[in-house]
Amino acid sequence: MNVATKANAGMVARDSPETGFMADDGPAAEIVARADFSDVTFSLEFRHPMMARAARPGQFVIVLSHEHGERIPLTIADFDRDKGTITLVVQAVGKTTRQMQQACRPGTTLFSIVGPMGEPSRIGAVMKVVCVGGGLGVAPVFPQARAFKERGAYVVGVVGFRNKALVFWGDKFRKVCDELIVCSDDGSVGIKGLVTEGIKVAMAKHADIDEVVAIGPPIMMKACAETTRPRGIKTTVSLNPIMVDGTGMCGGCRVKIGDKMMFACVDGPDFDGHLVDFDDLMNRLRRFKEEERQAMEKWSESCRMAAPAGR
Amino acid sequence: MAAKRKTIRTIPQQRTPMAVQDAAARVKNFGEVSLGYEEKDALVESERCLMCPEPACVCGCPVSIDIPGFIAKIIAKDYRGAYDVLTDSNLLPAICGRVCPQEIQCEGVCPVGDTLKPVAIGRLERWVGDRAIAEGWTNVPYIEPNGFRVGIVGSGPAAIACAADMAKAGCEVTIYEAFHKPGGVLRYGIPEFRLPDRVVDGEIANLTRLGVKIRCNTLVGRLFTIEQMIGEMGYDAVFIGTGAGYPSFMGISGESLNGVLSANELLTRCNLMHAGAFPDYDTPLHLGKRIAVIGSGNTAMDAMRVCLRLGAEKVHCVYRRTKVESPARVEEVEHAEEEGVEFHWLTAPVEILDDGDGKVRGMRCIRMDLGAPDESGRRRPVPIAGSEYEFEADMIVYAIGTNANPIIGQTSKIKLNRRGYIDTDDDLATSLAGVYAGGDIVTGGATVILAMGAGRKAARSMKAYLGIRDTDIVYLSEHQRRANTLFGIDAAEKAFARLHVA
Repeated sequence: MNVATKANAGMVARDSPETGFMADDGPAAEIVARADFSDVTFSLEFRHPMMARAARPGQFVIVLSHEHGERIPLTIADFDRDKGTITLVVQAVGKTTRQMQQACRPGTTLFSIVGPMGEPSRIGAVMKVVCVGGGLGVAPVFPQARAFKERGAYVVGVVGFRNKALVFWGDKFRKVCDELIVCSDDGSVGIKGLVTEGIKVAMAKHADIDEVVAIGPPIMMKACAETTRPRGIKTTVSLNPIMVDGTGMCGGCRVKIGDKMMFACVDGPDFDGHLVDFDDLMNRLRRFKEEERQAMEKWSESCRMAAPAGR
Repeated sequence: MAAKRKTIRTIPQQRTPMAVQDAAARVKNFGEVSLGYEEKDALVESERCLMCPEPACVCGCPVSIDIPGFIAKIIAKDYRGAYDVLTDSNLLPAICGRVCPQEIQCEGVCPVGDTLKPVAIGRLERWVGDRAIAEGWTNVPYIEPNGFRVGIVGSGPAAIACAADMAKAGCEVTIYEAFHKPGGVLRYGIPEFRLPDRVVDGEIANLTRLGVKIRCNTLVGRLFTIEQMIGEMGYDAVFIGTGAGYPSFMGISGESLNGVLSANELLTRCNLMHAGAFPDYDTPLHLGKRIAVIGSGNTAMDAMRVCLRLGAEKVHCVYRRTKVESPARVEEVEHAEEEGVEFHWLTAPVEILDDGDGKVRGMRCIRMDLGAPDESGRRRPVPIAGSEYEFEADMIVYAIGTNANPIIGQTSKIKLNRRGYIDTDDDLATSLAGVYAGGDIVTGGATVILAMGAGRKAARSMKAYLGIRDTDIVYLSEHQRRANTLFGIDAAEKAFARLHVA
């Protein structure tokens, strides 16, 4: 108790057994598990009991993988309050994510991870909901589907992948859906076509869909919103603009919703898909195309020059 | 023994100049612009203080530093003593000496300034603060722990000041910071050439020496709420110092084009994430060549001067009023002018223009005139019809102010005022029992010293709330115990009866 008397008290671990909260001190959250779904997609499970307790569907974290790194948002794809872990699913598309793909293994930590961030998804008292996930998007929409199911809704899951080999979390998702429609670009599994085809199948079958939740690349979410617009079905999307702080203080993640400007990190990330200006979002995502290319080139160069790690 | 009384004629007449990096050289580096005094400069300048019996400067200071007190110690070459006097009221002398707008505070009311230039109080404070960091001085008095646990949200000036006071009073203090590094606006907002990181680190190290725990990467409101802090987590009192960062935009067309960003984003990328060193650091910036910054406050000055140092060809300041109304610290405007920033007063943007590929190519501006005063007393800018023209720019930075950060309001039942800031009473108590707030999250964007003053004021209220009896004697100014007074009466008073003083 008498920590304050010591001149150099510093970072002493302090549990509060009477509250069940463990002070968030010591090293950053540790990675306890990793799964690779393809040569670009992988999941990381972090031990972070406080965040697992606080996380709600739709929220994200901001991650800084090393001290010279950049802060990037990643959706919380799963959280286990009993195990005390949260799971992120990452697509290695640029320097930072490729570096994470190489370096992040069980037992390692990231330089910093903060969250949960963003307004949680509104899991309302809907009777029937379609949860749509495209490519990477099946991961972030999983917690919403699970929450709707737990609420007692009838959940139709629609997932899309380029081909059968890229499918992941199939069983995991099936468990939280009453119906699952799988789509693939090449028809190797499920329906041939994009997730919009899957939505059309669901819309044809069910006249009483209350809400559609669609998460994926902006072009996919835009297409989903256009598919539901004629029937006027409430469509919720989760936007993924470039972010720095994630706490609403820089405005870098600003998006156009109807005639208003909002910050995706604190006013979102969920928004009404029929009001989102997707073209603006896609334009803003091109902000650093040049720097991204430069960073990838430098990274690939340094990979070629480094001694190959045993794989 | 009464010292020889100083008069305006006997003190050094010139304000001691302070070394400053040459303008042409300093636009290419992030080294400090103002280089500070040497010991000999400090000794000469401190002689200029008239040691007024009723010092106006103490009232002019938002935290009532005993200014004649610390200056007297410098004269006596008791630099440690000067540091002690300073830190009675101000934990961060090296920071405030650099960033306070002294011209409207202590130096603004210094009577020497009526005839000559005022005593350079800020520079003296900075000199003492820097000396303390160099020598590793800390004032850690013996602290009697009282068992109370205090939670502080944020790690900017208000939070740091509150944390220091509560720790000195014997509480177990924990600071929660959302970013990966503490300091708040001192870290992400004020650039390296005005306030080096090592100074911020030095002042924060003092906090840990007092026993304060600092937990970064913790977003209060989302990881846990204010209510949980008071409830399950068992904090006896909480201070909220989350700041006013939620940048304002104008709502004109084209604001979401690539190349348009808020000053907060520019400064966070550069100061906190070191985007200037891309690709050695991963955060990009994509600096323009011809940059326009809208606004003329301290944030705008910082944004402009950062852009110059990062290699912009030309940086412009666009402001709808004139230099007179500019809210920035005078020294910053002067330095910006010297560094080659071009100022466009009485000008406002109307529309941001697209280059056809989703990027900014310029803006349409309109000339303004100052009309009748508005409610704040300042003359309202009025557009001059037909004066629109195109201004070429490939990067536009908004530095027109901020609003309240919404997260605490979203996640707590705490009462907010009409503008979204946290509502407090005169003692900085919020609507939640045991929860206090101060700084920009209460007042809107202001200054470091005002935030610190608020942090200290909240600490006083929190101690009263917890029932901690603080003798407060350490905070009383020493000027009532100075050498040339006797029971508060100036010893030079001729009509005073002689008394033996033991």
